[in-house]
Amino acid sequence: MKQKDTMEIMVGLFVLAAVAALFMLAMKVSNLTTLNEDEGYVLYARFDNIGGLKVMSPVRAGGVLVGRVVAIEYDQDRFEARVKMAIDPRYDRFPRDTTASIFTAGLLGEQYISLEAGGEEAYLGNGDEIRLTQSAFILEQVLGRLFYDQAAQ
Amino acid sequence: MPARGDAGRDASVPSLAWLRRLGRRVLAFCSRLGRANLFILRVLAGMPSVIPRFHLVMAQIYHVGVLSLAIIVFSALNVGMVLGLQMYNTLVNFDAESALGPVVALSLVRELGPVVAALLFAGRAGSALTAEIGLMKATEQLSSMEMMAVDPVRRIVAPRLLAGVLAMPLLAIIFCAVGIGGGYFVGVGLLGVDEGAFWSQMQDQVDWSEDVVNGIIKSVVFGVVVTWIAVFEGYESEPTAEGVSRATTRSVVYASLAVLFLDFVLTALMFGAF
Repeated sequence: MKQKDTMEIMVGLFVLAAVAALFMLAMKVSNLTTLNEDEGYVLYARFDNIGGLKVMSPVRAGGVLVGRVVAIEYDQDRFEARVKMAIDPRYDRFPRDTTASIFTAGLLGEQYISLEAGGEEAYLGNGDEIRLTQSAFILEQVLGRLFYDQAAQ
Repeated sequence: MPARGDAGRDASVPSLAWLRRLGRRVLAFCSRLGRANLFILRVLAGMPSVIPRFHLVMAQIYHVGVLSLAIIVFSALNVGMVLGLQMYNTLVNFDAESALGPVVALSLVRELGPVVAALLFAGRAGSALTAEIGLMKATEQLSSMEMMAVDPVRRIVAPRLLAGVLAMPLLAIIFCAVGIGGGYFVGVGLLGVDEGAFWSQMQDQVDWSEDVVNGIIKSVVFGVVVTWIAVFEGYESEPTAEGVSRATTRSVVYASLAVLFLDFVLTALMFGAF
């Protein structure tokens, strides 16, 4: 009887370990989790072209991870992409003339939004939109422009 | 079965001898496959009587699942650490070491988790199942059960099959999680990949239904096939010491080959373009 009890406890632990592992796969490894967008400080930015930016891409200020992209949508009226960023509530003072640029980490690395603070006294509030943006670096566009300029000379 | 009466006549025509051998092989293979199918139908028919006696399944989950846990965790940790190390060496050349997370997670969840766990399961649990049932047959325990009007398929085989099918996906899930932990330890802990990039890129590229659920489906299929082969080989084994040893070898070899082949078929169905 005693032996049977320990055996059943071990099976219970085994199943529990598997459930915990599945939970980790669901929450930590795959994208089943929806980011809680309500928490923190939300900023919007419009870009002509977002390149390879994705939901969950980092938002950095001075190279420090300050938030993540939580939603990307296409604005049909202005023909631009609108990116929603959730900023860590610890960082809530970005000047109104902050610039949002899409950069690439390394040659093949991930794309991220870089925030560069300006000099204004007034700060962006929760839900505000960043006016000054710089689109992603699209290699084809840059090369095309380069060749065009060369031909014009 | 080849017709016995023709044996003497064919031997005098040597050019036909190899053809007859080939035919006999194919026929033997087909009849074995047919018997395996009839056997699983019998086991499935006996399944309903297992449910009220779930403690039998519990004991088998302990033997095939809990006792396999140590080898699964140890292998997963090493596989994950090697993946982290090797992928880092290549990715760092392209300045893309932040892609280490998705590479480790996808290769584990989609392929290595289910396949390596199934191969280890075939070696650790499948062989034990075959040997146990084979030895029961050799020592006439199965026939004495039949004498007592206890159906050995229901009493012995069905709980083992059910336990194997239930334990295999759990082991594969644990394998994946521990393997990713090993990759994390090497990538982030030792090699200095950014922790945020490791997890966020992983979450970005690993899809729940596309990758994780498909991996679990794979492991369920492998669980059915490995346990099926193990119990069938045990039940069909020659009731001698040599017969049991051969059945055990066959069980592991066939189960491993079946897992590798089915992995290709399932991958083509799930992720393939055709």
